[in-house]
Amino acid sequence: MLLTHAETVALALSFKVSLVGVTCSLPFAIGCAWLLARTRFFGKPLFEGMLLLPLILPPVVTGYVLLIAFGHHGPIGRLLDAAGLSIAFRWTGAALAAAVMAFPLLVVALRNAFESVDRKLEHAAATLGAGSWRIFFAVTLPLSLRGLVAGLALAFARAFGEFGATITFVSSIPGQTRTLPIALYELISTPGGESGALRLTLVAVVVALVASLIAAMMLLRGGTRHEAEA
Amino acid sequence: MIGLDLTLARGEFTLELSLDSDARALALFGHSGCGKTSTLLAIAGLLHPRRGRIAIDGHVLFDSARRVDLPPARRGLGVVFQDARLFPHLSVRDNLRFGMPRSAPAAAFDDAVQLLELATLLKRKPAQLSGGQVRRVAIGRALLRQPRALLLDEPLANLHREARAEVLEHLRGLKRELALTTILVSHQPDEVSALAEAVAIIDDGRLAALHAGAAFSALHAPPWAGYVSTEPQPAR
Repeated sequence: MLLTHAETVALALSFKVSLVGVTCSLPFAIGCAWLLARTRFFGKPLFEGMLLLPLILPPVVTGYVLLIAFGHHGPIGRLLDAAGLSIAFRWTGAALAAAVMAFPLLVVALRNAFESVDRKLEHAAATLGAGSWRIFFAVTLPLSLRGLVAGLALAFARAFGEFGATITFVSSIPGQTRTLPIALYELISTPGGESGALRLTLVAVVVALVASLIAAMMLLRGGTRHEAEA
Repeated sequence: MIGLDLTLARGEFTLELSLDSDARALALFGHSGCGKTSTLLAIAGLLHPRRGRIAIDGHVLFDSARRVDLPPARRGLGVVFQDARLFPHLSVRDNLRFGMPRSAPAAAFDDAVQLLELATLLKRKPAQLSGGQVRRVAIGRALLRQPRALLLDEPLANLHREARAEVLEHLRGLKRELALTTILVSHQPDEVSALAEAVAIIDDGRLAALHAGAAFSALHAPPWAGYVSTEPQPAR
């Protein structure tokens, strides 16, 4: 099964957009997941609900909100344009859309992973002189590694398959914003595009399967709960 | 010198404890649920008293009147928890080094490893250790923190007879060789007799008596005999 040049470009772009999107959202997702797992604050349910919005809203709505905020006439878009960092109708915009759509999955997976770490181990680390950052990086994060990898795999798969928000926000520009799902949609809508659509469908299924397999292996192998060794 | 004066509420249970002891090794002795572990956790900074004062060897760790409440990381205490709490993802070596201050002499690590006979275990993960070995690593980790005081919460609980004897022997060795203020929580008289110089008997969150030296024999006689556990140590 050989892909055409246009299909290969769309596939490579999807990988680039997903990788950059998920990588950039990771620090924010870690911060939000830690806040949800380890702190109590006023308005926490509202905060949690806001984080999950991209999972619930129609993707077109999310894409339109991104367009309003980051488009050439949007408040953030104008600032980015002035700084020469325009993202509207560029692959970086597609990466932002992918990051926003995958963000809730990453937060949920990380939150569960952090909550599975026995807090007694963090308390033990505190009595050994460790401050909050050291406790997080030396104890909590390493013990959450399986959940982190599972979350990354699921978020990558979600970003890879992102369609609605991307086409609404950055349209379909070959080599810039025409990711694999958008290319697939165009092939389906074009007479004679069936074989190309089938090839891209197969690729999409394989990527999703590999991601699910990684997530399942991480979450199931050896369990996810880390308790103090006694 | 250990000075405790604290009021601590945990649900419906209220701990109101006030004691001063100049013993280098003090045992908190009493029934399960009498408040001895809560006292130890309050000293470690993991529970927050409603009011009171906690001072060890002149260092004030908590003083509600002066709004002093040092975080656990700054109390400079070595804590050996009943459930050991070794970090499962780290080797024995890395567990031991976790709390070592940068200023600690290089020989301190080797000394602790030798004292607790841990040399052959350094590369193992906690899951690969026996119950007695886990306790020895936990003790070594607390010691390498270079603490101003050592807090031991039932260090021999849930160990089978051989492991219990092994860990007790090492704790006796530490008592002999290190001049370290120690607070021990226990409900086992033999443990208290071997490791403590004074014993505070706690009953329902209050100090019932404070004994020193030869008065330990009182633990086996009325009225304190009732505090002594008659349950056999569970085998592991």
